Amino acid sequence: MVETIKLSTLAIGASAVVREYPKQGNAFLRLREMGVLPGTTVTLIRTAPMGDPLEIKVRGYNLTLRKTEAEHVLVEPIAPRA
Amino acid sequence: MSTAPTSPGPARAPVYALVGNPNCGKSTLFNALTGLKQKIGNYPGVTVEKKIGTAYSQHGHALTIIDLPGAYSLAARSPDEAVLRDVLLGRRTDTPMPDRIVCIADATNLERNLYLIHQILDLGRPVILVLNMMDVAAQTGLVVRAARLEKELGIPVIPCEAINGKGLVELKLAMSRHDLPLSRHSWEIPAPIAPAVSELAASLVDNDQRGPLIARAEALLLLTDQDTVRVAGSRPLSARTTEILRSWEKRWQGQGTDWAGALVNSRYDAITELCTHVIERSAVKTGASVSDRIDAVVTHPLWGWLVLGGVMAALFLSIFTLAQVPMDWIGDHTAALATWVKHTMPAGDLRDLVTDGAIGGVGSVITFLPQILILFFFIGLLESTGYMARAAFIMDRLMSRVGLNGKSFIPMLSSYACAIPGIMATRTIEDTKDRLVTILVAPLMSCSARLPVYLLLIAALFPSAAVPVGAKVAIMLTMYALGTAGAFFFAWLFKRTLLKGEPPLMIMELPPYRLPKMRDVALHMLERAWLFMKRAGTIILGISIILWFLTAYPKAPAGSTDSQQIAQSFAGMAGHALEPVIKPLGFDWQIGIGLISSFAAREVFVSSMGVIFNAESSEENTAPLRDALLAAKWPDGRALFTPLVCITLMVFYVFAMQCMSTIAVVKRETNSWRWPLFQTVYMTGTAWLVCLIIYQTGRALGF
Ligand SMILES: Nc1nc2c(ncn2[C@@H]2O[C@H](COP(=O)(O)OP(=O)(O)OP(=O)(O)O)[C@@H](O)[C@H]2O)c(=O)[nH]1
Ligand SMILES: [Mg+2]
Repeated sequence: MVETIKLSTLAIGASAVVREYPKQGNAFLRLREMGVLPGTTVTLIRTAPMGDPLEIKVRGYNLTLRKTEAEHVLVEPIAPRA
Repeated sequence: MSTAPTSPGPARAPVYALVGNPNCGKSTLFNALTGLKQKIGNYPGVTVEKKIGTAYSQHGHALTIIDLPGAYSLAARSPDEAVLRDVLLGRRTDTPMPDRIVCIADATNLERNLYLIHQILDLGRPVILVLNMMDVAAQTGLVVRAARLEKELGIPVIPCEAINGKGLVELKLAMSRHDLPLSRHSWEIPAPIAPAVSELAASLVDNDQRGPLIARAEALLLLTDQDTVRVAGSRPLSARTTEILRSWEKRWQGQGTDWAGALVNSRYDAITELCTHVIERSAVKTGASVSDRIDAVVTHPLWGWLVLGGVMAALFLSIFTLAQVPMDWIGDHTAALATWVKHTMPAGDLRDLVTDGAIGGVGSVITFLPQILILFFFIGLLESTGYMARAAFIMDRLMSRVGLNGKSFIPMLSSYACAIPGIMATRTIEDTKDRLVTILVAPLMSCSARLPVYLLLIAALFPSAAVPVGAKVAIMLTMYALGTAGAFFFAWLFKRTLLKGEPPLMIMELPPYRLPKMRDVALHMLERAWLFMKRAGTIILGISIILWFLTAYPKAPAGSTDSQQIAQSFAGMAGHALEPVIKPLGFDWQIGIGLISSFAAREVFVSSMGVIFNAESSEENTAPLRDALLAAKWPDGRALFTPLVCITLMVFYVFAMQCMSTIAVVKRETNSWRWPLFQTVYMTGTAWLVCLIIYQTGRALGF
């Protein structure tokens, strides 16, 4: 059984694989078209100075999204290699 | 209307559309091909309207090239993406339907770039694929095998460095090929969805007059995006097609099929499969990239604000210090010119028209050219390094408090240069209400046309040379801050009342930092300088001359002084008519003339003051405008431009809507007169009210 957490609670610098993804909603369709899909690896780079939005790295580029959207994306953290 | 691929007829040059994701270098390539000067910047959404140019093939044949706004998908989310969709699908009457498509992909970011290109291959038209930014790819240790991609897709794939002009010859050779192959790439539409695609495509052909290939592509889009308007554009779908779409959606909903997700996923599956053969990471990347390290500072909770503050301070300091020398030079020369004309031409109306009207008016405005160039230099740096997108990122939280998102901050930042490109830039905003709110508040950001007004009034405020630069910078910053705060306040108010809506998304790409291209920055400055001089030579010259006539006629009885002449002239009558309204703000009829003429363009205030007050100066010499202002008096002998009046007047210019061109652009972008009229009224009304409060409080406090 895989452990999933919300993308918004991922630690800064950590990577994770997207697992569950809302089907409806403008934001999620756009994110999907920009390459954030179930199975995609994302890395949380940083949050903006006031804590929102988030900046993630996905498929080699940097993307911002708000916490309100990131809360609906469930990810499976990848254990950092020693 | 035929939508089948047309072969370029002999009479007309073949039409090529440049298509790709935002910020992948389309405009850079367009400029390299056509020699034109489309604006380039390192953030998504620089180009928001199509632009047509001509290139010449290696054999000298003309090729028509269309530069387009970038998009992430053909299912358009925002007005700029809709431009791309409509031009490609031949829905724009003012643009020829492209015969061939040049797709541009950022080689450093191939997977996401290929998504749009994958949709375009479905259109069944000849496509050439350009892999741009190969230099950056090589630096980051990516090997992109163009030959392999060419083999997989079956279309020409050309590696390029648009910025260095590399790959252009190969591209032009491919463009002039007569036998451009169609892509042989095929991908599997998920089985449960395939029958729906065929049924919808057939209905689009039968009932919506689409060509067969476009119909298939459009069917796929309709299934990707729930909002049919985004796919079909303003022409509504036929009832039959809508019915088919709805019945499939209902069936899938019942079965729990995520059809849109499945379509996007299978496209990305096909792309990932392609890329495994094409991309190779040669070097293992070690540690954070340069871009990430810069961002660690720029978006830092503390350093970030210091960087922003430092940039602003540097900007205003250089406006006040660096500009002084060239400004004095221009001022001396225009004054010398006026004096020379006074000595050489016979005295009379014509001479006065030349010296007071033309030279006095235009000269007073063009002395501010150096400051305006400095402003554009700084804005150019922000745009070409990639800081704009970071500003949006940092500001998003604040913007969300007023109900907008960080993306709205980019048009607002551009409006510091000029509200017109700022309002155009709102096309990247997805939500129509958010876009409208941004359009309504953008002109509150102090634009470059206000700069001469502020500078003149600050000079009048601090006539003594002993005043430290810091005080002037502080006043200037206050004016900019006031306008910005006003924009935030009204955005908040409008989002609360008139234009309530959902909290917007903030899904935006942050491009890597690039070294500023000095050439681009310089070109941009030159173009702006040229625009400014053109305005000085046309609008401002024209209005100065008209104003001169309006101040010179009707003639006062012989023996009256210059100021008596102006007072009873046509302009004087208008000023006097306005005086009751503006007297509570501390402005007299002469300032009133300036305010009225400023409705054409704000800088005209300076030239009008030049015409009105220099007319009173001595015959022999043209006094600097600042001194002329300081000498101006009310009829009872009180000074007109007291410090309080200077401040109040600046605040008036912060808030008032005084720009014909902005009004015209708002009318075009919102498609009605309602919004520009509303904007003019609310802004000017606010200006009056705020000035009333400031002036009356100031008076009560004894200033
Ligand atoms: N290193 C490198 N930079 C490039 C190349 N081509 C373009 N650029 C840079 O990429 C950025 C974006 O270029 P633009 O031409 O404005 O991109 P665009 O596709 O027109 O962007 P939008 O109009 O926003 O869709 C600019 O900073 C360019 O200087 C290239 O081949 N190599
Ligand atoms: Mg462009």
